[in-house]
Amino acid sequence: MSDRYQQLVNTPLGRIVTKQVGLPAPVKLERYEPGAPVIDGPVLLGAAPGGRLAGAIARVLAAVGAETSTPMEPKALRTAAADAGLEASVFNPEAAAEEDTFKALVFDATGIADSEQLREAWAFFHPTIRRVRRSGRVIVLAAPPQDGEPAAHIAQRALEGLTRSIGKEVRRGATANLVYVRAGAEAAIESTLRFLLSPRSAYVSGQVIRITGEAPVPEGIDWERPLNGLVAMVTGASRGIGESIAEVLAREGAHVLGVDVPAMEPELEAVTARIGGSALALDITDPSSPEAIADHLLERHGGVDVVVHNAGITRDKTLGRMDQERWDAVLNVNLIAPQRIDRALFGRGAVRQNGRVIAVSSISGIAGNAGQTNYATSKAGVIGFVEAWAPELAKRGATVNAVAPGFIETRMTAAMPIATREAGRRMNSLSQGGLPIDVAETIAWFAGPGSSAVNGNVVRVCGQSLIGA
Amino acid sequence: MTDTPRRVAVLGGIRIPFARQDGPYARASNQDMLTATLDALVERFELHGETLGEVAAGAVLKHSRDFNLTRECVLGSKLAPETPAYDVQQACGTGLEATILTANKIALGQVDCAIAGGVDTTSDAPIAINEDLREVLLEAKRAKSNAGRLKALAKIRPQQIVPEIPRNAEPRTGLSMGEHTARMAKEWGIGRREQDELAAASHRKLAAAYDEGFLDDLVMPFLGLERDQNLRPDSSLEKLAKLKPVFGGPEGTMTAGNSTPLSDGASAVLLASEEWAAQRGLPVQAYFVTAQTAAVDHVHKREGLLMAPAYAIARMLARTGLSLQDFDFYEIHEAFAAQVLCTLKAWEDPVFCRERLGLDEPLGAIDRDKLNVHGGSLGAGHPFGATGGRIVAGLAKMLHQRGQGRGLVSICAAGGLGVTAIMEAAQ
Repeated sequence: MSDRYQQLVNTPLGRIVTKQVGLPAPVKLERYEPGAPVIDGPVLLGAAPGGRLAGAIARVLAAVGAETSTPMEPKALRTAAADAGLEASVFNPEAAAEEDTFKALVFDATGIADSEQLREAWAFFHPTIRRVRRSGRVIVLAAPPQDGEPAAHIAQRALEGLTRSIGKEVRRGATANLVYVRAGAEAAIESTLRFLLSPRSAYVSGQVIRITGEAPVPEGIDWERPLNGLVAMVTGASRGIGESIAEVLAREGAHVLGVDVPAMEPELEAVTARIGGSALALDITDPSSPEAIADHLLERHGGVDVVVHNAGITRDKTLGRMDQERWDAVLNVNLIAPQRIDRALFGRGAVRQNGRVIAVSSISGIAGNAGQTNYATSKAGVIGFVEAWAPELAKRGATVNAVAPGFIETRMTAAMPIATREAGRRMNSLSQGGLPIDVAETIAWFAGPGSSAVNGNVVRVCGQSLIGA
Repeated sequence: MTDTPRRVAVLGGIRIPFARQDGPYARASNQDMLTATLDALVERFELHGETLGEVAAGAVLKHSRDFNLTRECVLGSKLAPETPAYDVQQACGTGLEATILTANKIALGQVDCAIAGGVDTTSDAPIAINEDLREVLLEAKRAKSNAGRLKALAKIRPQQIVPEIPRNAEPRTGLSMGEHTARMAKEWGIGRREQDELAAASHRKLAAAYDEGFLDDLVMPFLGLERDQNLRPDSSLEKLAKLKPVFGGPEGTMTAGNSTPLSDGASAVLLASEEWAAQRGLPVQAYFVTAQTAAVDHVHKREGLLMAPAYAIARMLARTGLSLQDFDFYEIHEAFAAQVLCTLKAWEDPVFCRERLGLDEPLGAIDRDKLNVHGGSLGAGHPFGATGGRIVAGLAKMLHQRGQGRGLVSICAAGGLGVTAIMEAAQ
């Protein structure tokens, strides 16, 4: 699983060679360590005049203790900082020294009402974008385009192009993401802002996140262990990404019920024993399994708060050579079983208030992939699953979202032919593969009680892969 | 006996032109300059042989022999030798603090008239002997026998010849005032251009004040100098832009052009009760209404060294019920252009006003046309103790000419001090 190229380019000689030859130079991404601050370095907060999120952002920055600077203008930004109790210092790019750099640039673009005002975004980023530190963050918060008048709709939509391009321009492990926040959902941005600011979002870049849900965010969240006292079920938990998901959810405080096929029972039990969870060995495609899972959750735990449909398989063949068995196996595990399980859980009232359903899609589901018609169909179906259920779950005070991993370093990718593997690793803005924990951290963000307005999203964990972009 | 505070009248003030360090006043002592200034005030207000309530003045850089500087100046002046006097020392706030102290005595009826002033020379600076050498000499003095004295004196080393020269540095941080201000400029994002603009405006406005004759009765020629030596009427943004930074490192924004130079000079102001002025037929130029000092912790809390006036004025406004916009003149001592700009930004900043001043709303912006309308320290120079008197006298005349209105005085000082005051026109 080791990325020898990355190790090589990070030697003194390797750095010289990659620079001279113009090869990609992946840096070692910073990743979250329990107990570490949300963001380790100064934050620059800017805003277009007339924005509505500065106050909410300032409150989050104050809550996480971020050392923050803002420009003197617009005045409302300084007022928002003052109101939030954020002792923000002043940043003036014209008077700043070269060594004034930032761990994150956060820009409230909600005030941009037409395409001419997009210049406000340029004016903020032009003198600051080269001040972004290693593994830094660029976060643009905007208004959902479709909620605005045509001129605002156009301008807010345009921010996607800006943010995605910034993601490709910033180097050294930095990321850029866009967050559309519905009017009225300002108070719901904290979990998302915490996730994007922190090293938890190490491999998430070039993404568009929508905070459009109506469900209120509960008060008094313990951000160190937001899942304290909650129960999470993770399918396919015995290894790889599923194992990492189980570990991270347990780290966040959840009791994790790991589910996997009976053949994997010893590995599954090893995982759940390590994290203080419990194991349930069954084949999720078995017709009796959905009810068995519901029974187990209701009997042992009184219900479930977080459902993670991670189990997935591949049976690659080009379509002409693919037999029905391969087709059915993949569709059953990846797409049909999650729907059956959900039906049973919701039908039995097993999903508690502020519940979470989180599915795992894939870049193949977005871009398609030769030899993976079955897999890509199932993973595109997962996107449909999110779209279809989001409004319904919102009514029940729950959310459904998906992650779409790109090239993640697992035993599966380690078995790839070297050319395919190298292409997969490098063809993204961070020039490296992600780790299972990057997917797990993203799922933990969806899972948290603070993410009650984060609904209907498919967020790629792909380092801004060129594939399907 | 008066038991209610009286209004304090500012009758007028005078100063000698300010000279640059080692310029025309290189051989003039503090006593020379302050005595000459007192005598100029005596001439103007016909105070020959008068016994005044008191004279309070001071200098920042003082020789140890000048322990009674102001009293000695009075004795050397044309005032009656029976006029009491004392020294005041509050860094760059000295001159204004002397005004506050004497004004308060007048208000309380303890005296009827007083002169407040200040002086400084950076040319005739007090150079002290090396501290190690001083200790050796004191030890020798304490010794009871010749042998003991010899033993002590044997400790003298050649390096102890190096004298102690006063430095413009903060004792507790070791940083010069310029370096402290460079930190403030960085903290407040003050650019080079706005500093140079303020400096150019200071020269331009001071030159205009001379040309218009505004300073004719405020400045008395001394030792052949008729105008402030530092004044460059042809100062321009282009010229200022060429100067190299002197504080804040190579990327710094502070230059010799937008910082005040070390200078020599003196000033004095005549204050009195209204009755005293009326008895002598002297018109009241303005009233010295109130004053406020403040200090910041630049050592541990790392507040900007020269930010104290921002605090003092906020408190004074709260006490008087005035808003920052209720003034017709703002006289902010231009120690450095950056100091003025930091102060103005701080008053406009919701974060500073909330977190540091405890105000719900920022104090707001001032009309920049009302700021230092006849120039400031960047143009005139800044002999530390003399700046307060220069400002009080100039503002009194401006208020007198206008016939109504109110003026605000703000002076920053070493040690994280701020000295501020409000004056009003006599109607």
